[in-house]
Amino acid sequence: MKSLLILAATEGEEHNPLIPLWEEIAISLVVFGILFFAVKKFVVPNFESTFAERTQAIEGGIAAAESKQAEADAKLAELEQQLADARHEAARIREEAREQGAAIVAEMREQAQAESTRIVDHAHTQIEAERQQAITSLRAEVGALATGLAGRIVGESLEDDARQSRVVERFLAELETADAAGENA
Amino acid sequence: MTYAATISASGDEFHAPGPAIFELPSVFPWNGDGVVTKPVLQLVVAAVVVFTLLYLASRKRALVPGKLQFAGESAYGFVRNGIGRDIIGSHDFQRYVPYLVSLFFFILLNNLFASIPLFQFPTFSRAGMAYALAGLSWLVYNYIGIRKHGLIGYLKLQCVPSGVSPAMYPLLVPLEFFSNILVRPVTLALRLFCNMFAGHILLVLFATGGFHLILEYGGIGYVAGPLALVLAVVVSFLEMLIQFLQAYVFVLLNAMYIQGALADEH
Repeated sequence: MKSLLILAATEGEEHNPLIPLWEEIAISLVVFGILFFAVKKFVVPNFESTFAERTQAIEGGIAAAESKQAEADAKLAELEQQLADARHEAARIREEAREQGAAIVAEMREQAQAESTRIVDHAHTQIEAERQQAITSLRAEVGALATGLAGRIVGESLEDDARQSRVVERFLAELETADAAGENA
Repeated sequence: MTYAATISASGDEFHAPGPAIFELPSVFPWNGDGVVTKPVLQLVVAAVVVFTLLYLASRKRALVPGKLQFAGESAYGFVRNGIGRDIIGSHDFQRYVPYLVSLFFFILLNNLFASIPLFQFPTFSRAGMAYALAGLSWLVYNYIGIRKHGLIGYLKLQCVPSGVSPAMYPLLVPLEFFSNILVRPVTLALRLFCNMFAGHILLVLFATGGFHLILEYGGIGYVAGPLALVLAVVVSFLEMLIQFLQAYVFVLLNAMYIQGALADEH
């Protein structure tokens, strides 16, 4: 091969490089044609189906993710709604309890007020009654005493002054003993 | 590069590499004039490798791709989306994807062969092979256009510019016909062919020249020779960029021509 090349080079067989050999044109077309049909039949369908499957897989994944997202959003909204409801309910219950508590306190206060008034009234009445009783009994006793004293004074009136004074003294002593007996009793 | 060195070592005079370096013998020694040369073999190898890699990468069809599948999908998607869908439009690009994908990787690998050790020959520096693909492109986009619009409708679409007063038609219609129907396959073929051809000559020139300077020239050659070899490495990287770009441009233009043929009356 080398020697032939050297031969060609040194002999200077000039062949115009622009003039083609028809065999080369034919061979090129045949070889390229075979390659073209092989690529068309075996390579391109493989690649294209891979691309299509991949696109489909990605789009399917995206769709699935979107539906999951929507589901999650709905759930979140629902939970938030429930939470808000619960808060509202709690606030309502608290308010109610406060009102109830205030009502109870007011009622208790009123009852206590009434009770104390009742007790005070009762005491007043009792005191008044006892006072009346005391006044009555005092009046009766003082009357009796005065009557007794007057009788004695009248009974021994004119005897003498000494007697007179004795009577008074006796009366007073009786009074004292009666008082002492009352104290002892 | 070994044979290049052999060339320079075989004579005292330096023979700059010319078109003759593209005239390779048959790979079968008993048939030196046969057509099965290295570039022809490269065509077959490229087709086999491209198909095998794409098939292995696409075979598993996993939703979560492994490394190979991911690489294959990226490469496939680069042509499918970056060229097919963006140029032709998402409505009807799908049916042209097999053509664009096989065309791109076929040209790309054949171009890269210029820089891959043991191959080191750009397949499309053989004009016939570039002509073949350009001719095929011409047939494809014209066929697509004629199928969609009918022959007359298609010629009208390609040759009669809209929004121009009919008085200009005698001037513009031949021009449009020339540029849209006649010139396109020529520029497609020549762009690919010339880039590969010139790139390979440039590389061979730097490499053989570098060795010649070191081995034969002496004196300043010991400085200039290594410099040339370093430049050969730099040029190699530049060539790799060009190899990719040419494959990309070829397929991009194919997609644009198809899009133009499919376009509605504008």
